[in-house]
Amino acid sequence: MATINFDSELRRAGANATGGWGRLAFLAQRHVLGTVGLIIMLLFVLTAIFADLISRYDPLTVDSAHRLAPPSMLHWFGTDSFGRDVWSRIIHGARISLAVGIGSTTLGATLGVIVGLASGYLSGWVDLVFQRVTDILQSLPLLVLALVMTAALGPSLPNVILAIAIPLIPTVARVIRANTLALREQPFVEAAKSIGMSEMRIALRHVLPNTIAPLIVLATAQLGSTILTEASLSFLGLGIPEPYPSWGRMLSESAAEYVRTAPWLVIFPGIAISLAVFGTNLFGDALRDILDPRQRG
Amino acid sequence: MTEQRPLLEVTDLVKHYAVRGGVLRRQVGTVHAVDGVSFALGAGETLGLVGESGCGKSTVARTVLRLVEPTSGAIKLDGEDIAPLSKTALRPYRRSMQIVFQDPFASLNPRMTAGDIVGEPLTVHGIATGAKKQERVAELFQQVGLRPDQMKNFPHQFSGGQRQRICIARALSLGPRLIVCDEPVSALDVSIQAQVINLLIDLQRKQNFSYLFIAHDLAVVAHISHRVAVMYLGRIVEIADKHELFANPRHPYTQALLASVPIADPKAKRTAPLIDGDVPSPINPPSGCAFHTRCPYAIDRCKTERPMLQAAGTAHQVACWLNDGTGRSE
Repeated sequence: MATINFDSELRRAGANATGGWGRLAFLAQRHVLGTVGLIIMLLFVLTAIFADLISRYDPLTVDSAHRLAPPSMLHWFGTDSFGRDVWSRIIHGARISLAVGIGSTTLGATLGVIVGLASGYLSGWVDLVFQRVTDILQSLPLLVLALVMTAALGPSLPNVILAIAIPLIPTVARVIRANTLALREQPFVEAAKSIGMSEMRIALRHVLPNTIAPLIVLATAQLGSTILTEASLSFLGLGIPEPYPSWGRMLSESAAEYVRTAPWLVIFPGIAISLAVFGTNLFGDALRDILDPRQRG
Repeated sequence: MTEQRPLLEVTDLVKHYAVRGGVLRRQVGTVHAVDGVSFALGAGETLGLVGESGCGKSTVARTVLRLVEPTSGAIKLDGEDIAPLSKTALRPYRRSMQIVFQDPFASLNPRMTAGDIVGEPLTVHGIATGAKKQERVAELFQQVGLRPDQMKNFPHQFSGGQRQRICIARALSLGPRLIVCDEPVSALDVSIQAQVINLLIDLQRKQNFSYLFIAHDLAVVAHISHRVAVMYLGRIVEIADKHELFANPRHPYTQALLASVPIADPKAKRTAPLIDGDVPSPINPPSGCAFHTRCPYAIDRCKTERPMLQAAGTAHQVACWLNDGTGRSE
């Protein structure tokens, strides 16, 4: 069952420390890759928060005198075809990626939990309807669905978040539903019934808190793919509209035309995307190992 | 025990589960989990319910509490039939009956503190909140032999026996008149079993509630019960005063069950023959007496007619064609 005994797990693994920092140090030692992922994610978040301080130029300022300048001390990552500083654009792009990643993951997870909990707990026709809709949504790839949605809604930041969040719902709902179905049969839920609790209270106080661990694991794992989906949407011209710096758009603008003459326009946004996705995935994997030892494999 | 109205009176309780199969989920069979069970339980009395795994003991327990909906039959709590009540109408009655489960590890929400678990029923029924609730929970902790300072601990910080004590405290919190114990000690170490059983007996003496005590361990049942009912394949085959049942078992199944208890004496001889074979499937229970397929004394009548419980001596009922007081094969 989805009951994680964190303290005894740690003790069994050999951790002596009971304090917060001691435990953290112990976990960091065991999950080196996860720690690397966490550091990458933290850097990513800090970059997004302090983008204005770190960037050296305004990311939107056009400077036609320095078009397509190669990396130099002046422009670390060079400039693009409008003379905009690539370093500054990548720094600011972190904001967009983070906003889309966290925004759509949170929205998708919240809606997914509601659907999954209702589906698993109420069962009957509610479950049947939700599950068939989920089947339909899941039969389309994440990107295709997001593409159709942005095309219909029009490209803007909130629309992109929504378009990426909705395809996430089925994945989250399935996991939560499966957990709810298992938890519903647990004696502590039966005990709650025999006490005379309302179904709502049982669902919210006894079932939901026990699905949190798998939810966190799933959400972290999905964070990387939402960032990637945003990049893909922007690459295809349906993501964040110009002139805001999105890594995906930066790639698409330059890929065809300048890949040979100004490769820095392709390399740096590419590295940024890869690093962000790599970091969240490493962290997500480690988190799964820590919170959910049974899924290890 | 008492001649007045019993606290719990179960009449002809039936629980059938549909077995569905095929693409269209058509019903292809019926599991006769509980097949016409009747018994009464007086105030302050303990009725032990014994039988093999799968004989329907736990289903009886859950159906009596309406955790499982009965297919038919009456469940009278203090003269009031709770079987047809709606969920809302049932709520006030829930205060009078509680359950303690077998698995002390799964019956506590791992995300709540022990104090919250024991105090939650008080909140749900609007009995006490805040400091008053804490006080009552502390009192309950003491009653079951836990320290009040353990209230803020989480279930995983307790041992199995302590967890079962938390479950008992939760069951006691609403001041119930009936506590159903579904194999409450079978998951515990033998030394802990005795402690928990003695706690249960002690609490009953002080608060005078009744137990419906389900177990497969006859020694445990013998220790705690006043009366014992023996179940076989969804039916009660014999019900009697504890001493009477152990001294003078009349149903061949009860005899075999008692004989199967290991005796700590290698020279001891078995008094009744052990029965062969397995319990038949409750999907298609044998006709007549469900036990006739394994009974060493079965006669033709057993295969066709189902025997009902009938008096066989004082405070003793048995459902067997041979054992209406004469037929016990010597």
